[in-house]
Amino acid sequence: MSLSNHIPILIIAIPLLAAFLVPLINRINKKAAGILTALALSVSLILTIALAVKILTVGPQVYVFGAASPSLTLPSGLKFPIRIMLQIDAMSIFMGLITAVVSFLGAIYSLSFTKQYDGVDKYYSLLLLLTVGMFGMEFTGDIFNFFVFLEIASIASVALISFRGIDFGEPAEAGFKYMIVSSISALMVLFAIGIFYGQYDLLNFAALASVIKYSQLDKIALGLLIPVLAMKAGAVPMHMWTPDAYSEAPAPITMILVAASQASLYALFRVVFSLYNISLNALTVGWIIIVFGLLSMFIGVTMAIVQKDIKRLMAYHAVSQTGYMFLGVGVGLAVLANPEALKNYGITAMEGGIFHIMNHAMYKGLLFLTAGALFFRTGTRDLNKMGGLAHYMKYTTIFFIIGAAAIAGLPPFNGFASKLLIYESVYRFNPLLSIMAMVVSILTLASFVKVFHSAFLGPKLPQFKEVKETPRSMLFAMAVLSCIIIFFGLFPDLIVKNLVHPAVMSLIEQLQYTGTVLGGM
Amino acid sequence: MIGNLPYVAVVIFIGLGIYTLMFKRNLIKIAIGICLIENGVNLFLITLGYRKGAIAPIYTQAPSGQIMVLPTPQALTLTSIVIGIATTALILSVAMMIYKHYGTLDTDQVRRLRG
Amino acid sequence: MKEMSRIVKTVTNFVYGFIIIFGFYIIAHGHLTPGGGFQGGAVVGSAFALLLVSYGSLNSKKFLKEDIFSLFEGFGLILFIVLGFSGLGITFFYNFLANSGGWFGDTAVIGVNPGDMNTGGVIPLMNIAVGLEVLSAFGVIVLTMARGAEFTKKKEKS
Repeated sequence: MSLSNHIPILIIAIPLLAAFLVPLINRINKKAAGILTALALSVSLILTIALAVKILTVGPQVYVFGAASPSLTLPSGLKFPIRIMLQIDAMSIFMGLITAVVSFLGAIYSLSFTKQYDGVDKYYSLLLLLTVGMFGMEFTGDIFNFFVFLEIASIASVALISFRGIDFGEPAEAGFKYMIVSSISALMVLFAIGIFYGQYDLLNFAALASVIKYSQLDKIALGLLIPVLAMKAGAVPMHMWTPDAYSEAPAPITMILVAASQASLYALFRVVFSLYNISLNALTVGWIIIVFGLLSMFIGVTMAIVQKDIKRLMAYHAVSQTGYMFLGVGVGLAVLANPEALKNYGITAMEGGIFHIMNHAMYKGLLFLTAGALFFRTGTRDLNKMGGLAHYMKYTTIFFIIGAAAIAGLPPFNGFASKLLIYESVYRFNPLLSIMAMVVSILTLASFVKVFHSAFLGPKLPQFKEVKETPRSMLFAMAVLSCIIIFFGLFPDLIVKNLVHPAVMSLIEQLQYTGTVLGGM
Repeated sequence: MIGNLPYVAVVIFIGLGIYTLMFKRNLIKIAIGICLIENGVNLFLITLGYRKGAIAPIYTQAPSGQIMVLPTPQALTLTSIVIGIATTALILSVAMMIYKHYGTLDTDQVRRLRG
Repeated sequence: MKEMSRIVKTVTNFVYGFIIIFGFYIIAHGHLTPGGGFQGGAVVGSAFALLLVSYGSLNSKKFLKEDIFSLFEGFGLILFIVLGFSGLGITFFYNFLANSGGWFGDTAVIGVNPGDMNTGGVIPLMNIAVGLEVLSAFGVIVLTMARGAEFTKKKEKS
């Protein structure tokens, strides 16, 4: 029994162990907390990459807790799985890679960023717990376990959002809002789990998927799950928490929060595709998701244009970009029952939507980090008070340009690649949707030109005479994200073929998902 | 019909919780609303596992011939209660922080973040 | 928080030991009877809350120390996760002690019986870890909230 079979659980367990060790280590040495966090998350990142290679070459993996062997899903001839298990296919590991990269870079960035804070050990502990929650949501194959990890992630992120609440009122307010939103959504998820359990006596995703009948109760469960998971993902009209939480959290946490809301998005796709698949009325549900996407794109971008707070502006753009993912995947869902259309443009649309998840995590993370760097050096987030910062912060300016070009969908950056996939496939589904998406993209560009102009360009301002370039660890995190963005922009084919396409296929093919647990039943 | 009474209670609990969340303007009352919804969901789970005339699912009583209630929903409920305590403690702490800075618990006045 | 009347304090002195012992009983018998780490820990935590309320937050600082609680919290959590890791030869959380004959490894008796403490493998150990974590976490929560309440009250007066 080699250790390589235990990689799935080690990815979750090592950050968890580190989260518990950090407060104890901090009693001995004040500086060790951050280093331990970065170390644990780097181990997690390496293991995630190793697991990704394994999954993409060998196939989906399962890991059963406490069984006699990690792959023993059906002990002693049972027809359904009873143990809690992790079930990782190409889509899960795709999200897992995002989580691993983002949380590792967040920890690195925090090494310098948190110097001004008290109680740094709690900060790192919560950061690790948030990462554990996200990994758990993405990897779990058990619907109740999903609820537990959802709550872990939301409790940790609330505590992190209101981390500065001891000194200021606004973070506490944002944290309160997010806590209410996430506890309602988690409780509704639990209610849906109760409905499933009452009908089928099952808690396993794959086993549920193989017996689900789309009865009246299942429709109620779906009606509970889609809005609350979309709410956690920050889709309009349930986006009220997004700008507050994103703008008040510390910058590295905002970057991780973006990935955390994408984990909810992943759960939404998992429920719709793997759990229900074609048993549901794909066209109706697909259009519901498309409408969520359209509203998010438009309202997000129009609200962003009028903002003066740089992080709040970026938060509204995050809402708007989430719309693209909903649009792409929604089109794929709408044609799910129609194999010809699915082959012609449905899969491409989903590839665009799924690829956009990763791209968005990268460039939005980069933009939030540059905003954090500006705040770190100037002490303000108000765009009207900034100006001429390009004179002092050369590298940050370059990184901001890369991020802004990527979010606006300019070639050769990664935003262009995924947006092009969405435009050309959605155009064949409904031309109007594609045109709307392009208009939103143009508005995004306009908004970021405004930010660039007011923050970086202009004469040197006297009040920023002391401003220096950001510390090295923050620059490192931003540089890595920029490299990823440019790499994805230059070689989108490589990524789409090797990472995104398997992820999309693992969503569409329900039998493959249930087969890994139930053995091709 | 009488067997469905717990489900009616579940609906009343959740309905009252949502009413509290929507129409009450005090942060503590909002926390109470969350607790009400949580209790409703927990009651729902427990009711799912109930069988009439069954005994508690304890291993040392196992082969006594009587039917047992389902233990799984009880385990789920317990986990949900544990999480609920963490959530409630966090909501109340954040409410305390808000009171410290704003001097009020009225949601109409706790509105510095807008737009 | 002010201290309460002499009656309350006397009753507390009588009762709190029993509450704590009852809590530890629930923790230790978690694998045989209803209860377990969390429930027992919550009972012990309620004893701490009782002490805090009856003696007031200033006086209770002498015997309820947040620092020690947070140390125990970390210790309980690490014990739990280490128990998970130690099953890693087979799978994570594997119950490697069950039916092994040694520590907590007696085979469970089939049939209606009063129950044997030594069955259950790592489950009792996990219960103890969780109990330790929960009771100290409750202590920390109660103490922190009392401190926060003190602060807001001061602000209200000024």
